[in-house]
Amino acid sequence: MRPLLAVDGLTKHFPLRGGLLNRTKAVVQAVDDVSFEVGAGETLGIVGESGCGKSTTARLLMHLVPLDHGTIAFDGKAVGAGAELSRRDLHRQMQMVFQDSYASLNPRLPVAMSIAFGPLVHGLAKSASLARARDLLQAVGLDPMLFANRYPHELSGGQRQRINVARALALEPRLVILDEAVSALDKSIEAQVLNLLIDIKERFDLTYIFISHDLNVVRFISDRVLVMYLGKVVELGPVDRIYREPRHPYTKALLSAMPSMDPRRRTMDAPLSGDPPNPINPPSGCRFRTRCPFAEAVCADVPPTLTMGHDGRAVACHMLVSGSGHSRA
Amino acid sequence: MTDTPAIAIAEPVEALRRAQQGKSYWKRVWERLRRDKVTLAMAAILIALLTMVIFAPWFTAHDPYQGSVLRRLKPIGFPGHWLGTDEVGRDLWSRMVYGGRLSLLAGVMPVFLALLVGGFLGILAGYAGGLVNSAIMRLADVLYAFPSILLAIAITGILGAGLRNTILALTIAFVPPLVRISEAVTTQARHLDFVEAARASGAGTMRILQYHILSNVLGPILVYATSLISIGIILAAGLSFLGLGVTPPNAEWGLMLNNLRQALWVDPVICALPGVMIFITSMCFNLLSDGLRQAMDVRL
Amino acid sequence: MWAYIVRRLLYAVPILLGVSMLVFALIHLAPGDVVDLLVPPEVPKEIADSLRARFALDQPVYIQYFAWLGRLLVGDLGISFFTNRPVADELFSALGNTLMLALPAALLGFGLGVVLGALAAFNRGTWLDKAFSATAITGVSLPHYWVGIVLVAIFSVILNVLPAQGMGGSGFPTSWEQARHLILPVVTLSLIPMGVISRLVRANVLEILSHEFVGTLHAKGLLSRRVLYHVMKNAAPSALALMGLQFGYLLGGSILVETVFNWPGSGGLMNLAIFRRDVPVLSATILVLATIFVVINILVDVLQALIDARMRR
Repeated sequence: MRPLLAVDGLTKHFPLRGGLLNRTKAVVQAVDDVSFEVGAGETLGIVGESGCGKSTTARLLMHLVPLDHGTIAFDGKAVGAGAELSRRDLHRQMQMVFQDSYASLNPRLPVAMSIAFGPLVHGLAKSASLARARDLLQAVGLDPMLFANRYPHELSGGQRQRINVARALALEPRLVILDEAVSALDKSIEAQVLNLLIDIKERFDLTYIFISHDLNVVRFISDRVLVMYLGKVVELGPVDRIYREPRHPYTKALLSAMPSMDPRRRTMDAPLSGDPPNPINPPSGCRFRTRCPFAEAVCADVPPTLTMGHDGRAVACHMLVSGSGHSRA
Repeated sequence: MTDTPAIAIAEPVEALRRAQQGKSYWKRVWERLRRDKVTLAMAAILIALLTMVIFAPWFTAHDPYQGSVLRRLKPIGFPGHWLGTDEVGRDLWSRMVYGGRLSLLAGVMPVFLALLVGGFLGILAGYAGGLVNSAIMRLADVLYAFPSILLAIAITGILGAGLRNTILALTIAFVPPLVRISEAVTTQARHLDFVEAARASGAGTMRILQYHILSNVLGPILVYATSLISIGIILAAGLSFLGLGVTPPNAEWGLMLNNLRQALWVDPVICALPGVMIFITSMCFNLLSDGLRQAMDVRL
Repeated sequence: MWAYIVRRLLYAVPILLGVSMLVFALIHLAPGDVVDLLVPPEVPKEIADSLRARFALDQPVYIQYFAWLGRLLVGDLGISFFTNRPVADELFSALGNTLMLALPAALLGFGLGVVLGALAAFNRGTWLDKAFSATAITGVSLPHYWVGIVLVAIFSVILNVLPAQGMGGSGFPTSWEQARHLILPVVTLSLIPMGVISRLVRANVLEILSHEFVGTLHAKGLLSRRVLYHVMKNAAPSALALMGLQFGYLLGGSILVETVFNWPGSGGLMNLAIFRRDVPVLSATILVLATIFVVINILVDVLQALIDARMRR
């Protein structure tokens, strides 16, 4: 089965300028050699701490930020300027829902117009675009009679996020990226919107990439999960198995930091030691080594590669690769 | 019980529908303006002024160019000339009303033209960023190196006096501040999430500017332009005062101020009159601009 | 920070070049040949032609520009075609006279501006503040040259207590009689900076007062004077920056007031030059005033950077 989205070697470095001639003083290695695939119809969760590169990855996928290196292939077709699938065509296949529901909507436009903007720009007549907008409002659970001509400031956070979902659907995409789409909502609203997302996914036969720092929510909605640390992928695999049996030390630490309702599972020691390093000067070799309790000399010399295991799980850690030079391999 | 009148039901539905229309930003600005008494008063004064000035022949009894050696510098209240006459015997009231035409034109037109040029360049610089931005802003910086009055004097002093050069000079003087503010608000708007979302929809530059940038940017620019008009009126009259603006024998407030100054020792009160007009007009535009700013500062 | 300062200084160079190009372009665009402007019309054609050759007017424009620029850089501002004296001499004595007005006006305007603005901010909402707002908006709408005329009308014509025009003698005022001539022009000139500074100070002080930590200071029982000191210290940097700018405007924009009072400063010089079509004097004056304005702007930026850095430490 050909994956719907195949990403290989995605890299983005942001230069920091300053000094006398506005030279590049340093480089923020936001995303470094990220590769993964997303199958049609699945939900891939992406988790990590703030600053690990999840949002930048999303923007790279959407071509909102230019790539430094790497390839993106949608449904087998290469994406890029002059490639098989142009940026404009990509946007008809892949859309995004942003985190800040209020800032994502133009305060001067009625929400129906915000939704209709996408189809309008791609050539659909204004009346047809607005009609589609009203249908989508219905689909996300908002009565078009009541909501079509409202303005963003007249709506609640949950309602606005529904509008954002409707807008993402307006171009009839096949893949939707949800970048912290529910993170800013109250818990009860969050649950409603999550259920809406699941419902929509089935109804419109969509594929999701769900980015979040909330591990519980990711577990609830994802089929597979990808764990990022400091711009790199450290673990990838089916969500239940990773949550039950994390292999990468970072994933283990992340999961053990989740508060649990079970009184038998108490966190005694702090799962991670040391300071989170700087994405401007990431540690050599394995980026996690400065906080890893199992770090050894090889971890500083050789960056681990994401090796796909036999069970559909991939980990980037020397401990799990025999012959890597690590004592636990 | 069965014949409930259909009209009575329709009304609440209609009211409900209207309530769901949602109030657009400009409608809310308008509603706020309507309740702002000071701004309304200023607008009324300006409209009255404009009417008088445009339909000057209807409001004045004398020819503003017709002087009379016998009737020079008559004081206020002189029969037939209720504000007196100027140093060559022309009716002061007529001169002031007719003078309003050129004063207002010389004050407002440059701002309007500068708004078109500066607004366009500023929005372009703000949206395009990079080299285009640098080029435009650096050029604006060169013009900014001159205090406005100096720039206006430079242009009219070297190129010559007259209405056309005055308007040209003031337009050039007003372009840099308008470029600056347009660029600032556009750069701010460009980084807003909904603009990014619009780009993610695959929209091109033109559409994004049309639907997303302009409506969010025009408000502050307009407010600033209105406040510039009050400065424009003062500067235009100032240029005429120096002999660089409107030329005699035309009537214009600044020019009149200069001419009447020589008669200061004869009748000090008359000399003040043209200045009062400049002051009132400038003040009206200032308060109008403040009112607009407050109305547009709608907290969403 | 030093990088910023150096960059700012370097940036001034293209700006000044641009300014010179603008003035040169204006001279060139003036109706009539440049020599016609430099030389009285009665002069016979041969002399005019030899002047053209001497001033390299038969050369392409950019060569003329560089020649002109070269002369400027060594201090040769040209010869006034009316008085036949070097422009530089007249200009610098005129600048001195303008400074004689600008400095006191700045002190008066800034001083009163700070006091009024602070008073209004500390008494926010009271009639004092409302009176201030009314005055402020009136002040910004007043044509200051008209105010000058009105002051002359009141104090010279009607009351006859102050002189209406002129300096009453050259050089620094040495007598009360001479000093009297300064009063009206200085007051007139100080109006705009006073208005602008007071508005800014009021806004800044209000903003600082609204910070929570000021409330904390008050709650801790610190004397009002301490709060005052703290507030002023925080409001100072941007106020000082604006003062610098306003001083630049005072120097460069004094022409209107100087015209009203027949004051022989740089503005008065420009006035005469306009009247006499004395283009060398006019263009040189504009160039020098603009240069001073640019320099003041740079100084203000650099000082602000220094103060910012000190405050952050």
